[in-house]
Amino acid sequence: MEDMKEIIRNYVIKEYVEDDTVIGFDTPLISGGIVDSFSMVSLKRFLENKYKISIPDDKATPEAFDSVNKIVNLVNEFIK
Amino acid sequence: MSHIGSYDSRIKAFDWSISEKELDYKQGNTINIGWYCTDRICQMGKADKTALIWEGMIGEEKRYTYNDIRIASNTIGQYLRDIGIKPEDRVCLFMDKIPELYLGFLGILKIGAIAQPLFSAFGDESLFIRLENAQTKAIITQKKHAPKVRKIIDKMPFVEFIIIVDHDPSKPLGEKELSFDLERSPRVDKFEIYPTKAESPSVLHYTSGTTGQPKGVKHVHYSLISQYLTAKWVLDLQDDDIYWCTADPGWVTGTSYGIIGAFSNGVTQCVLDAGFSAEAWYRFIEKHRISMWYSAPTAIRSLMKAGDEIIKKFDLSCLRHLASVGEPLNSEAVIWSEKVFGKAFLDTYWQTETGSIMITNFPGMKIKPGSMGKPFPGIFATVVDPETFQPYTDSGKIGLIAIKPGWPSMMRTYWNNEETYQKKFKNGWYLPGDRSSIDSEGYFWFVGRDDDVINTGGHLVSPFEVESALLEHPSIAESAVVSKPDFVNMEVVKAFVTLKPGFNADKDLELDIMNFVRKKLSPLAMPQEIEFADTLPKTRSGKIMRRILKAKEWGEEIGDTSTLEND
Repeated sequence: MEDMKEIIRNYVIKEYVEDDTVIGFDTPLISGGIVDSFSMVSLKRFLENKYKISIPDDKATPEAFDSVNKIVNLVNEFIK
Repeated sequence: MSHIGSYDSRIKAFDWSISEKELDYKQGNTINIGWYCTDRICQMGKADKTALIWEGMIGEEKRYTYNDIRIASNTIGQYLRDIGIKPEDRVCLFMDKIPELYLGFLGILKIGAIAQPLFSAFGDESLFIRLENAQTKAIITQKKHAPKVRKIIDKMPFVEFIIIVDHDPSKPLGEKELSFDLERSPRVDKFEIYPTKAESPSVLHYTSGTTGQPKGVKHVHYSLISQYLTAKWVLDLQDDDIYWCTADPGWVTGTSYGIIGAFSNGVTQCVLDAGFSAEAWYRFIEKHRISMWYSAPTAIRSLMKAGDEIIKKFDLSCLRHLASVGEPLNSEAVIWSEKVFGKAFLDTYWQTETGSIMITNFPGMKIKPGSMGKPFPGIFATVVDPETFQPYTDSGKIGLIAIKPGWPSMMRTYWNNEETYQKKFKNGWYLPGDRSSIDSEGYFWFVGRDDDVINTGGHLVSPFEVESALLEHPSIAESAVVSKPDFVNMEVVKAFVTLKPGFNADKDLELDIMNFVRKKLSPLAMPQEIEFADTLPKTRSGKIMRRILKAKEWGEEIGDTSTLEND
């Protein structure tokens, strides 16, 4: 679990953060304006590729992607 | 009682002098949007009225009276003047929706310079193309966006100043960088506003076309005449309204109605500088008692997707009037908003080049869900034959929307591109590039774009720009970009690519390409789907036939394929 959290956080920092903004596990990503709704598609694609899952569009909501912790919960729903 | 009252009566007795009189403007006089939005409202006895309520990403709040925004815009204007910004110099605003964006916009206009707002999510390539075209002299930005500017600064000798509004003093400033802290700057109460005239340039907004680079749409201070009156009659801004325009000033709605229309009417407006979430938006409306809400179909459909249950958690009875802009508002969204808010979102149609609302649904008018409504008084709009450019006389016939030039907020040219500007006019009509029909009662019904430009979430994306960016990816040999249908955004970007030898089409490569385009151009331009192909359909002369790819995505007839290679 910790490993997944770190992987996702590091990916968010690498791909979506331009400056030295600190990203914690509960930092609001979507409502905090760090990841916009269009970019969410690439984040979803990363999770699907990395964890070999498929996240249905109706589950890929801004709320479900709003922090690293929430994303981890979402991913765990689909890992068999 | 709505400001417009009877639409039919307004049409009969309309003249733009109505707006000029209300604004005490006479032909030939000075007209400065910055002054009209701040000093004039103070002189009308509303200096202590709240002009702006701003809420940030973590819920922090700032409030400004009209006197505050008058002084703050003076302060920014004075700073810019002191460092050497002259009238008609281009000053780019490259910021999130923070107060300095709104106040900086007004400050730039007060010194007669040209405000060039750019969407803060733009990647370095999108930014460079627009700054180079405008030969921008100064960029006002935040420390979080400064790295994108630094990446391209060596290619921009014309940029003299990069002004960072939230610089961390413990860190060094880079080349050409200046630190400006509005709250710590001496307040400038008395300020000599530059005496701009009706045709003095005011705002430069960039918009995308099918071919070529983005075009800089030049507006002038006289645009206020349209923006003030349309905000008053269509958005029906009343003195006690709390108004929320959700658009980002990086796009024209965010300046025409998120700054100029709102402040020139002296209303209180709210800004939420945070990403989208249904709960956050409803909470914002409830908390600030928003009464007039101007939003976009993409946002409305996202709210629909979030469901009706969540709405019951909030008291949204404050909502009095709702309107929408950016792309056609589908009838389902109109019906849904009536059901859940007790009010229909009224669709408004216009574009960057028109500067203000052209065709619209008005308060009190019979609403036909899915229709764009009728032309604003003083706007002569019709539908013309795409070959002859003659107006259709039969109702229901689909043709090109055409508008008689001459309204106050019409663009004056494309920056450094008069030739393309002239091509927008045919047979005495301005053609916005959209197709529509008109029914027997005079209501317009949107059909689609007349070109390949992709309207995603209300923002235009050029397929040419995305294709060019794709070709810079090391794996891609050929690219073609089209729109594909999407419930929330109406259209999204889809790319078809062929690969160079040695590259394998797999999911990791697809993600890499998506991120490549997102960072280079913007998240809007990022293909939401990439299809790897062995070949792309081409004409015998080698031109890629986007039309065929688009037709497949939309489930439409492919049409004439006689020029198709290997057919």
